Amino acid sequence: MERLILMGDEAIAQAAIDAGIMGAWAYPGTPSTEIFEYIEGHKPADRQIFTQWSANEKTAYEEALGMSYAGGRCIVSMKHVGLNVAADAFMNSAITGANGGLVCIVADDPSMHSSQNEQDTRFFAQFAHVPCLEPSTQQEAYDMVYRALSFSEEIELPVLVRIVTRLAHSRAPVVPQPRIDQPRQPLITDKNRFILLPANARRHWAALIGRWSEVEQSVWDLGLDKLELRGSKLGVIAAGVSWNYLQENLAGVEHEISTMKVGAYPLNKPMLAQLFAHCDQVLVAEDGYPFIEQALRGVLDTPPKPVVGRITGQLPRTGELSPTTLRPALGLPAQPTATPPIANLSGRPPALCKGCPHITSYLALNKVMAEHGDGGRVLSDIGCYTLGALPPYTAIDTCVDMGASVSMAIGAAATGVFPAVAVIGDSTFAHSGMTGLLDAVRANINMVLVILDNDITAMTGRQESALVGSPLIKLLEGIGVDPEHIRVVNPIPKHQEAIEQVFREEIAYTGLSVVIPTRPCIQIRRK
Amino acid sequence: MSLDIILAGVGGQGILSIAFVLDSAALDAGFDFKQAEVHGMSQRGGAVQSHLRMSKETIHSDLIPDGGVDLVLAVEPLESLRYAHSLSPGGTVVTSANPFVNIPSYPDLAGIHAQIAALPQHVLVPSAGLAKHAGSGRAENMVMLGAGSWLYPFGDELCLKYIEQMFAKKSQRLVDVNQKAYRYGQAASAFYRRGLAAGLGSDQLLKILGVLDPDTLDEGTAPAWKAALQNFPTMLDADLPVHTVPGTMAFMLELIRNGELG
Repeated sequence: MERLILMGDEAIAQAAIDAGIMGAWAYPGTPSTEIFEYIEGHKPADRQIFTQWSANEKTAYEEALGMSYAGGRCIVSMKHVGLNVAADAFMNSAITGANGGLVCIVADDPSMHSSQNEQDTRFFAQFAHVPCLEPSTQQEAYDMVYRALSFSEEIELPVLVRIVTRLAHSRAPVVPQPRIDQPRQPLITDKNRFILLPANARRHWAALIGRWSEVEQSVWDLGLDKLELRGSKLGVIAAGVSWNYLQENLAGVEHEISTMKVGAYPLNKPMLAQLFAHCDQVLVAEDGYPFIEQALRGVLDTPPKPVVGRITGQLPRTGELSPTTLRPALGLPAQPTATPPIANLSGRPPALCKGCPHITSYLALNKVMAEHGDGGRVLSDIGCYTLGALPPYTAIDTCVDMGASVSMAIGAAATGVFPAVAVIGDSTFAHSGMTGLLDAVRANINMVLVILDNDITAMTGRQESALVGSPLIKLLEGIGVDPEHIRVVNPIPKHQEAIEQVFREEIAYTGLSVVIPTRPCIQIRRK
Repeated sequence: MSLDIILAGVGGQGILSIAFVLDSAALDAGFDFKQAEVHGMSQRGGAVQSHLRMSKETIHSDLIPDGGVDLVLAVEPLESLRYAHSLSPGGTVVTSANPFVNIPSYPDLAGIHAQIAALPQHVLVPSAGLAKHAGSGRAENMVMLGAGSWLYPFGDELCLKYIEQMFAKKSQRLVDVNQKAYRYGQAASAFYRRGLAAGLGSDQLLKILGVLDPDTLDEGTAPAWKAALQNFPTMLDADLPVHTVPGTMAFMLELIRNGELG
């Protein structure tokens, strides 16, 4: 049988192609980006798959929901915080349900390798009443997504697949399944189904709650959970990649530990009941938040048998697990090593590339901000330019969520901060900055918005950006920014003084200005 | 049969190209493998690493447990030390001796070399010079791939095959350069290990490797160098102008081969 070398992300993408999707949407975000990239680069020659980088995760989710509504199989992929942006559509899609198979892949980033938080997507699945599958291996990622697309059609609900960084970005051989050329589902004729007027929504919600136990049963019937009862002293529940870490530690060791692998949510109650009936104590190993552990402990902290894990301190409360951190919780001695950790090694944080256009923009901005003492603030955003936070630039004061630079600058300016400067990239502006700018225009806020236009979504590996160059300028004019205060500059070192002068003038102007340092990412020019 | 490797370096140094060759070779040789890597922000000049595991049996975890690493293969010396604590008691660090300085607090290089040399098993290779000699300063990653090759559970032909596959789309010249870099790394590593076994110090070996023409590197000459250095202890300290005077090196090697030095 053919074996493909695939990262978790790519295995998911290949499974979606093989299971007959007609479309895929996404907004780039580490560690989910490669899912969409792979689909875009591996479309079968003999079948149409619509693919587009969306403006943000919400539009991506809605585009996929539209395809599902129209009867097509599709996937939408994003990083964990992207689901916050898509949450409105996601939550409501549980009420409308799916027609064509709709699978939403969310890549969580425990330990925040490339993120602002380590929120756990399993809560969102529970919140919305949507089944969630959690693979441990690349092969499982493939098989689960392949199955999830038809499963979504069977239960008429979207299905969420949760992965974490360590699976998303790890490669292994994967054996694919035969390609399905799934025809469209018939169009929905019941007009009430997708019209969430309160009267309809109440009915659909009650129906979903009413059939939830059936949904649960069909999730358990997928057979993704596994119970192996051995001794009664300790039972270990492990989900996702934590299952791999458990196996790693138990391989070749004589043990009497009973185990349960969790591969799907809602949690398999009958299987958990068997484990609890058999074991005196239960350890929960899960990457992300203590979702299972909390559920078992309950609000009253009265589990049927002692439950230990992240909450009780046997495992670290935050950050991703590893085979090393899980080992002591299993009662196994630490493995000997060649040398103890070497103390005080200099760290090596990431940095803006040599020749990066953002460098000139920041050097100019720093110079002009310094002329105003310490009263000014630079509210920034998410992208390569967030690295302006680090020495030698230390040019920015905030980075919270996509688009927050613009809207937070409004709030700061309204409180009297001067100069109030927002710094955002072109892709992040298209994602979530435009709406904040509309607010700023309407109130003619005294702030300077700097849009760093480098023609690309750089941080995640150079994906197409939705709004750059002259369409960006037209949008700014159209939205109502005074054309005299839309200033385009070329951020190269020999223009630094000229750029400083532009910043000076626009900060001096009382009202809203937009400065756009425009120059392609150095990584594009190197290609 | 199994091998657990941590690849280490700085974003942009080509860790993932090393991984591609090893992944493909392992699969070709009938091994199962898993290879976890870091994408996103740290690829911008930050510390990067990849866990690469190959085994004839099922591999469970994408991450190698501390104490389970057989080989830390690094394209940068400071980065090699970051993962030394995860080495098994018999594990080896194989690293470039040449620093990539993109941080203000880069430590004293001699101190880093000494820390590496104090590990139970190590190899230091002057990859920058070897890569340039092979035809491209960017081929340091392939020098290091070669430097670790005596530990791989498959032959050179598989590594060379996938180096070719990786660069064939670009140009035949790049294929040749990178295969040569692999060979140079392999020769330098063998010479270094033989030199250590013969009782030479890591600093002496780095100096010798710095002046020897990589095409003439031969592990058989390492003991001769030891003898030569015993007879002329100041030879390296005096910074013998072998790399500036054409023909001197060949003459030296001739002496070694004829047994006149050692």
